[in-house]
Amino acid sequence: MGEQMGCACAVEEEFDYEKVEKVMENYEGQKGAMVPILQSIQEEYGYLPRPALEYVAKRLRIPASKVYGVATFYAQFHLAPRGENIIRICRGTACHVRGVSKVADKMKELLAVGVGETTEDMKFTYEEVACIGACGLAPVMMINDRTYGKLTQDRLEGILEEYREGEDQG
Amino acid sequence: MYEKHILICAGTGCISSGTLDVRDALQRELEKHNLTDKVRIILSGCHGFCEKGPLFIVYPEDVFYVEVTPDDMPELVEEHLIKGNTIERLLYKDPTTDEYIYNHEDILFYKKQKRLTLRNCGVIDPENIDEYIMRGGYRGLKNALFMGPTEIIHSVKSSGLRGRGGAGFPTGIKWEFACNSENDKKYVVCNADEGDPGAFMDRSVLEGDPHAVLEGIIICGRAIGSDEAYVYVRAEYPLAVRRLRTAIAQAEEYGLLGENILNSGFDFKVNVKEGAGAFVCGEETALLASIEGERGMPRPRPPFPAVKGLWEKPTCINNVETLANVPLILRKGHDWYSSVGTEGSKGTKIFALTGKVNNTGLCEVPMGITIREVVFDIGGGIRFGKKFKAVQIGGPSGGCIPEEQIDLPIDFDSLTAAGAMMGSGGMVAMDEDDCMVDIARYFLSFTQNESCGKCTPCREGTKRMLETLERITQGKGEAEDIAHLENLAISIKDSSLCGLGQTAPNPVLTTLRYFRDEYEAHIFDRKCPAGLCPDLLTYYIDPELCTGCRACIKVCPVEAISGEKKEPHVIDEPKCISCGACLERCKFDAVKTK
Ligand SMILES: Cc1cc2nc3c(=O)[nH]c(=O)nc-3n(C[C@H](O)[C@H](O)[C@H](O)COP(=O)(O)O)c2cc1C
Ligand code: FES
Repeated sequence: MGEQMGCACAVEEEFDYEKVEKVMENYEGQKGAMVPILQSIQEEYGYLPRPALEYVAKRLRIPASKVYGVATFYAQFHLAPRGENIIRICRGTACHVRGVSKVADKMKELLAVGVGETTEDMKFTYEEVACIGACGLAPVMMINDRTYGKLTQDRLEGILEEYREGEDQG
Repeated sequence: MYEKHILICAGTGCISSGTLDVRDALQRELEKHNLTDKVRIILSGCHGFCEKGPLFIVYPEDVFYVEVTPDDMPELVEEHLIKGNTIERLLYKDPTTDEYIYNHEDILFYKKQKRLTLRNCGVIDPENIDEYIMRGGYRGLKNALFMGPTEIIHSVKSSGLRGRGGAGFPTGIKWEFACNSENDKKYVVCNADEGDPGAFMDRSVLEGDPHAVLEGIIICGRAIGSDEAYVYVRAEYPLAVRRLRTAIAQAEEYGLLGENILNSGFDFKVNVKEGAGAFVCGEETALLASIEGERGMPRPRPPFPAVKGLWEKPTCINNVETLANVPLILRKGHDWYSSVGTEGSKGTKIFALTGKVNNTGLCEVPMGITIREVVFDIGGGIRFGKKFKAVQIGGPSGGCIPEEQIDLPIDFDSLTAAGAMMGSGGMVAMDEDDCMVDIARYFLSFTQNESCGKCTPCREGTKRMLETLERITQGKGEAEDIAHLENLAISIKDSSLCGLGQTAPNPVLTTLRYFRDEYEAHIFDRKCPAGLCPDLLTYYIDPELCTGCRACIKVCPVEAISGEKKEPHVIDEPKCISCGACLERCKFDAVKTK
């Protein structure tokens, strides 16, 4: 416990508030800007670091619990760092009836992770979403911003390989 | 002057099928043949026929190519563009007659459609306001500016337009409420949250024809006396957000938005808000809370948003498709509009047709068309010659309509009477391999997961229903489960705070109504008639196919398989735990399930 506390403090000391402050300035005086503020912070860091959330609360003069409440309500926000590539498998109705369950199971097996988890090498985070909006091509998944349709279990390994090799395909 | 225009579909479906690579390859070929100033490439919005993407239309001859790849481009340029020969193998081939079809309007998928709201989708460049204006765009707004609020509201009321966001509330009456709420500030909100899994109509309209939505929003503002609007777009739709922002900037530049619009003295401003991923935020009061920067939780109504909405000001909330219908009404008149559709449901409805049909995609049909026409004519029937079983309409709030009701006309009232609802327009076709208990379980797991937790009936009730359904699909159902589900369903419907809970039991109630025998088979016979629920499958070995290789015997974790080498093996049913290991291992497809 003691060690963990020390660790958290160290992080906080090192935390660079400049980026958060920039975001706050952008939304200065705007009504109802909490969601876009959090979206911008997440864009900067890839997730919502705790010191950043506390800073937002201080700057807006509201309780930290309120910021935390909004951050945990929406599926889009993440409180822990995520992998380099985000895999989103669609669990929507169209994909469900075209057998996405098997594809999802295979993907979890290949990555050896569960829903919402990140591989040890931080390469991939595996998520499941309700619908990607490309239902005509079910089953569908997205890796970062790219959509893959008409998926089969056999295609997964090949697709992952593209991302394992090198840079972000975005 | 361009001699030819090539429209490449750049809807999300086609983009994932490789549209951009096709475009790049075409561009290279055009450069190679010095044709770049003769042939213009246009990336259009969704053309609807996602199954066959990427889609490709060559004008002026109006030839429709499907499933094109970058490798086809050299031939396309040399044969079609230079020599003028149509490339047959890239045309759509009618699966029943085997005939090649040149023009998309002759394809059955398009023939039965009536594309009013989608009139520009896949036809114009959505990032070019001039193309929208050339096709009659913003003429509805011009008329509205002459008319004044009372007359606009009268016109929308007389058109019979009902909200396309789910409940089908008459749009003109909603506008009248908001108009009559006295206040110095009022808001228009466009609901583009589209959370229904299996639906992508609003996305396609926003991506394919953003100005139509924008024009509808401005007209609504004029009608209710508002000067500011918010469009709340789902986080997962970045392209829609981008196209909408482009459209707003262009409209401002043309004086169609901003201060003193077209010298009428009317000022109007449109903001875009991105959602952050919560289904319940599609519910209007939750959506308003989310715009205000709070947790997106619904609140009791009344007061209705038309009286007390965004930041406590009167607010008119409409769905994307609803608003995209408005410019047409004001341009062509309410009599013209109400000539399409049925007595109680006017106009058209866009459906996202998905699931087990041959032609998946987006289609717009006149209200009153039958389910049969949509599934069999537009959808081309069920894939792989399987038997049609049911169609799920209305997403998590809707229900499953069985084959016996296939001639049911699609309109607000008949769907509600059948236990489903129009919902947003997701239509998922299911065949004999789909288990209706599993579908009910699937939807409950969705709503349970998305329940915001504010009211107990929805938070706890859906959880109990889900647990019961899970037990049934695992073969642990009990005789009283059906009555238990029905009781819970009725309590949840009656006592939930918002539409999410009030409609969550619908998928269970409709499947119980039309497919009760499937529930009973799961509970009493421990069987899944569709052969889908893994815990209820029985495994057996086909002696004709089994070579006696002993591979399955080795993988069986409970030693349920026996047999001599080179002799057909047998599975001991009582011992078998249905893990499926033998089925995966067998190289000869000899392990079967029933
Ligand atoms: C749980 C829930 C989710 C909803 N999701 C949406 C949605 O994604 N899009 C939408 O337009 N309406 C949605 N609605 C309906 C809205 O509350 C509202 O009725 C609609 O936006 C009104 O627009 P209309 O009159 O044009 O249909 C939802 C309702 C509920 C209860
Ligand atoms: S259901 Fe999977 S993309 Fe819509």
